[in-house]
Amino acid sequence: MKRWIAVWNILAKDMRSYYLKPPNISWGLLFPLAWTGMFFIKSGAELDGVRGLLPGLVSVSVLFGTTSMLAVTVTFEKKGRSFERLLLAPIPLELLMLAKTSGAMLFGVANAFVPILMAAFLTDLSGVVWSAVVPAIVLIAVASTFLGLFIAVSASEVFEAQTLSNFFRFPMIFLGGLFFPVQHLPAVLRPLSYALPLTYGADVLHAGFCARGQMPLGLNLLVLTAFCAGLFVLSLRNIRRKWIR
Amino acid sequence: MTSGTTVIATSDLAKHFGDVQAVAGVDFDVCDGELFGFLGPNGAGKTTTINMLTGLARPDAGVIRIAGIDCSRNPKAAQHLIGVVPDESNLYPELTGFENLSFCAALYGMRQAQREQRARELLGMFGLRDAAERKFAGYSKGMKRKLTIAAGIIHNPRILFLDEPTTGIDVAAARQIRQLIADLSGAGTTVFLTTHYIEEAQRLCSRIAFIVSGRIIRIGTVEQLMRQAEGRHVVEFAVAGGAAGLCAALAGAFSHLQCQALSEGAVRVDSAEPVRIGPVVRFLEDHGGEVAEARKVEPSLEDVFVRVTGIEASAMKREKEKAGASA
Repeated sequence: MKRWIAVWNILAKDMRSYYLKPPNISWGLLFPLAWTGMFFIKSGAELDGVRGLLPGLVSVSVLFGTTSMLAVTVTFEKKGRSFERLLLAPIPLELLMLAKTSGAMLFGVANAFVPILMAAFLTDLSGVVWSAVVPAIVLIAVASTFLGLFIAVSASEVFEAQTLSNFFRFPMIFLGGLFFPVQHLPAVLRPLSYALPLTYGADVLHAGFCARGQMPLGLNLLVLTAFCAGLFVLSLRNIRRKWIR
Repeated sequence: MTSGTTVIATSDLAKHFGDVQAVAGVDFDVCDGELFGFLGPNGAGKTTTINMLTGLARPDAGVIRIAGIDCSRNPKAAQHLIGVVPDESNLYPELTGFENLSFCAALYGMRQAQREQRARELLGMFGLRDAAERKFAGYSKGMKRKLTIAAGIIHNPRILFLDEPTTGIDVAAARQIRQLIADLSGAGTTVFLTTHYIEEAQRLCSRIAFIVSGRIIRIGTVEQLMRQAEGRHVVEFAVAGGAAGLCAALAGAFSHLQCQALSEGAVRVDSAEPVRIGPVVRFLEDHGGEVAEARKVEPSLEDVFVRVTGIEASAMKREKEKAGASA
């Protein structure tokens, strides 16, 4: 019980201090809005075409929303040494980092629903397989958050974490099958695509929104879960190695 | 005040960072209720030792026992028993004083009503009630230090680690903090205090360890340490005209004297034999110094520290204050 009081308060403090601040709320709303508008205009599609853009837009919104926040909630606090307070708390590191990252996961999931809500006003979303879309959004949020954590732990400055994030984020947009299928990529790049967590999440979203998935749903979710676990374990190992050394 | 039960025990504790041996085979015990001082210059290994004891660093070798719990392999095992006040005030700048304390209490699993009551109690005790709703970022250095100490004891820890609690703050705030530390110790909390202020350690601590270059070179009660100064003769000369330069020349000319420049205007000499003032005054004046006063002083813990470590206490203080000001 005592541990959960700590976990809840870490999450609540981060929510109050970071996620519910006007700049972050506006970023969370404006960013997906701008991407949706840009892709919709560029594609020249009919309103029905919006649905085809949703897998990419949802993925990008989650990816940017989560990874950019970890640089603040983790790297910034580490630099200011307030993170030491958390490391000194009598709770296991695994639980501590889950508390520290759960805010980003929720923020990512909330970001994902901005383009979906916008699309709901523009096109008919009946027929969307929510039982596939919702778990995919959650798993993309978790995987992106842990990717952000991995980057945040590797960096010592906020700007460094943000810069490093871009090395992962931008290739993922183009290689992850977000806006065009992985099969359309040059053969030499395809193995890279399958090494990225977003590829599997985006594939589930394609299946859920437009029935255009390339891989079996179960396999996608399984691989995505494995990425989540792997990135979390790797981040914890880095924290132990670099911050409790 | 101490019960005689050992609550902190280290054996052969070692830690290196790259080529630097930060802590090299440190052994000590601290008894329940004791106020134990860890005294040494910058880079002596004080903070590294605290970090290992509190779980912020892993020892390369050695054993740590906190309240009988082996923390060498599982640094988290005893964290519920300890409170830590780091050398920098590291609370959350965006939270108010009250919110900071309440959050720190929550980290130890205290329920809302309990933590809010404790936060109010500590804000009153530390004279910060009027600043309770102000953001931590707007606090003065002294207020920040006090709130950081309050955060360290929010959960009533059995053992409190204080890392340089009075560095970089004004005299009045430092006095208040020393009184608070004495009160905490009086109330039965075991306090592990690192400091570079020798007089602070002498005034507060029941036992003191001198640490230099990662090794404990002396450990004992103030009385035991002071015995090393028995039979020593100390004279202070008030000199105009560059005490530091004169000090070096004096030491060269009088090999039986240990000389120390206390400030730009004072030289302290320490000897196993009675100091013959006449030749020293003549030497100082012949070398451009103008001696205004010479007086015999009782040897202090500072003299013991200087003799044992070879480090000038005043230089150690200046170095730390410079580091504190730039932080």
